[in-house]
Amino acid sequence: MISFERVSKRYAEGHDALREVSVDINRDELVFLTGHSGAGKSSMLRLIMLMDRPTRGQVSIDGRNLAAIGARGVPAHRRDIGVVFQNHQLLFDRPVFDNVALPLMIAGYDHREVGRRVRAALDKVGLLERERAMPVTLSGGEQQRVGIARAVVGKPKILLADEPTGNLDPALSAEIMQLFEEFNQVGVTVLIASHDLALISRLRHRIITLREGRLVTGSSV
Amino acid sequence: MNTRRAVSARREGASQSRAGFRDLYNAWLRHHRLSAADSLFRVLDNPLSSAMTWLVIGIALALPVGLNVALDNVGHLSTNWDSPAQISLFLRDGMSSTKARELQATLAQRDDVAETRFVSREEALEEFSALSGFADVLASLEENPLPNLILVSPHTDDQNTDVAVLRKELEALPEVAQAVLDMAWLQRLNSLMDLTRRLVLAVGGLLVLGVVLILGNTIRLAIESRRDEIVIVKLVGGSNAFVRRPFLYTGLWYGVGGGVFAASLVAVSLWFLAEPVGQLAALYQSSFQLSGLGVMGALNLVILGGMLGLAGAWLAVTRHLAAIEPH
Ligand SMILES: Nc1ncnc2c1ncn2[C@@H]1O[C@H](COP(=O)(O)OP(=O)(O)O)[C@@H](O)[C@H]1O
Ligand SMILES: [Mg+2]
Repeated sequence: MISFERVSKRYAEGHDALREVSVDINRDELVFLTGHSGAGKSSMLRLIMLMDRPTRGQVSIDGRNLAAIGARGVPAHRRDIGVVFQNHQLLFDRPVFDNVALPLMIAGYDHREVGRRVRAALDKVGLLERERAMPVTLSGGEQQRVGIARAVVGKPKILLADEPTGNLDPALSAEIMQLFEEFNQVGVTVLIASHDLALISRLRHRIITLREGRLVTGSSV
Repeated sequence: MNTRRAVSARREGASQSRAGFRDLYNAWLRHHRLSAADSLFRVLDNPLSSAMTWLVIGIALALPVGLNVALDNVGHLSTNWDSPAQISLFLRDGMSSTKARELQATLAQRDDVAETRFVSREEALEEFSALSGFADVLASLEENPLPNLILVSPHTDDQNTDVAVLRKELEALPEVAQAVLDMAWLQRLNSLMDLTRRLVLAVGGLLVLGVVLILGNTIRLAIESRRDEIVIVKLVGGSNAFVRRPFLYTGLWYGVGGGVFAASLVAVSLWFLAEPVGQLAALYQSSFQLSGLGVMGALNLVILGGMLGLAGAWLAVTRHLAAIEPH
């Protein structure tokens, strides 16, 4: 589903964030991406999102080389992928409903369909009764669940998460991970970057480890 | 399902079915409506700063437009002016002053002549040497080179064409060597108005440029203040057009509001001037009245404002939006 072939990423300052990374993530798989801070986890996710382009090597999704997607194709590419960030990236001047509805508004769904899907997504993350709340009135865990609802509301085939439990206590973190597992069970390919080894090693999924931009374990199932 | 098809149509890009186009069109229309309403709410949400922007744009647009309206009025006034011209009849050489005075008397009888004045060669010479500064030269001449002159003020209420016809008739008289229509002051007024019009055009051009830049800057600030939001929208797949749309509408609303302010300013100024102008006109037995922008003029001003708003927003958006990318 997602494949990296000898991918290197060198930032302008000459720093190598990724070095010759090759890995395949299969359809319907849930994979953890781990490593110390600065190991290159976010860089890999950014390449999948086309927030950056590899310096060498190729990234492909469903057999399609992402290098073939030009600047004009980037928005459509991003609409096919759900993303969750550590710092939530919510619109703080809009209620929960509007935040979750954003990807659907962008895709141009009609009013009724938006309402239906947003409520389904909020129901899934247990925030149905908070749809009119403003994000600041929510706890950190709830904000993260709003972010997850927004990521899945468009029913993407791929879900990426960058340190989704970074600011949460262990119990909340476990709940969030369970949510990702549930999405994975209904056929979504999930890739989660996390340095919380204690948490992810308890869950029975493949773990890819990066060290200084090099892939050290987990290159195949 | 329709919406499903909308998405797949977008994914396929080129090979869109009819229904796909229709769904895309509906989605596009829906976002336009949303952006327009959302931008309007944002503009109205800060009534004070929005009103300031409107006022600045309104003044900048009202100045050249108001001047232009004033010029139009002066133009009407000058064509309505009673007896705008004077015809100078240069009489043939060797014609005695008595004969000339007789001619003056007959001309004064005519219906189309209001007033006549006889200027003899001697008077003309005196006047000329006093005014021209060539007194010495003229004194050294043996003979007075100037002809007798009759000044005729036509009796016309409006049309200049009548004056021209009269001039032709008078020139055809056997005693008259040449008849010259003296419209110098009218021509001077006209060229002055021409000059003023050009000035107004130039100033107007500068002010219009100023309006575009002001709006561009306002939109730039709006973009800056929503930077985080733009990044998020781009992250979840918003295209540049999608991100751009609300800002273009913001520019449009500022521009349209500015146009409305400008039209109101011009109308209020005219209303303010109408009474004294009416009194002045009455003093000159004129029925002259100020004419304003009219409904079409006001509408055009609002449309112009809207277009300038769009232009300013476009400027800001093309310069600043593309630079905001998620990192
Ligand atoms: N935009 C950037 N410009 C320069 N260096 C960067 C940039 N983004 C990340 N890096 C560097 O690349 C390395 C990998 O970063 P990152 O992928 O964010 O690591 P991780 O997510 O594993 O903490 C780090 O050393 C980081 O400093
Ligand atoms: Mg990171």
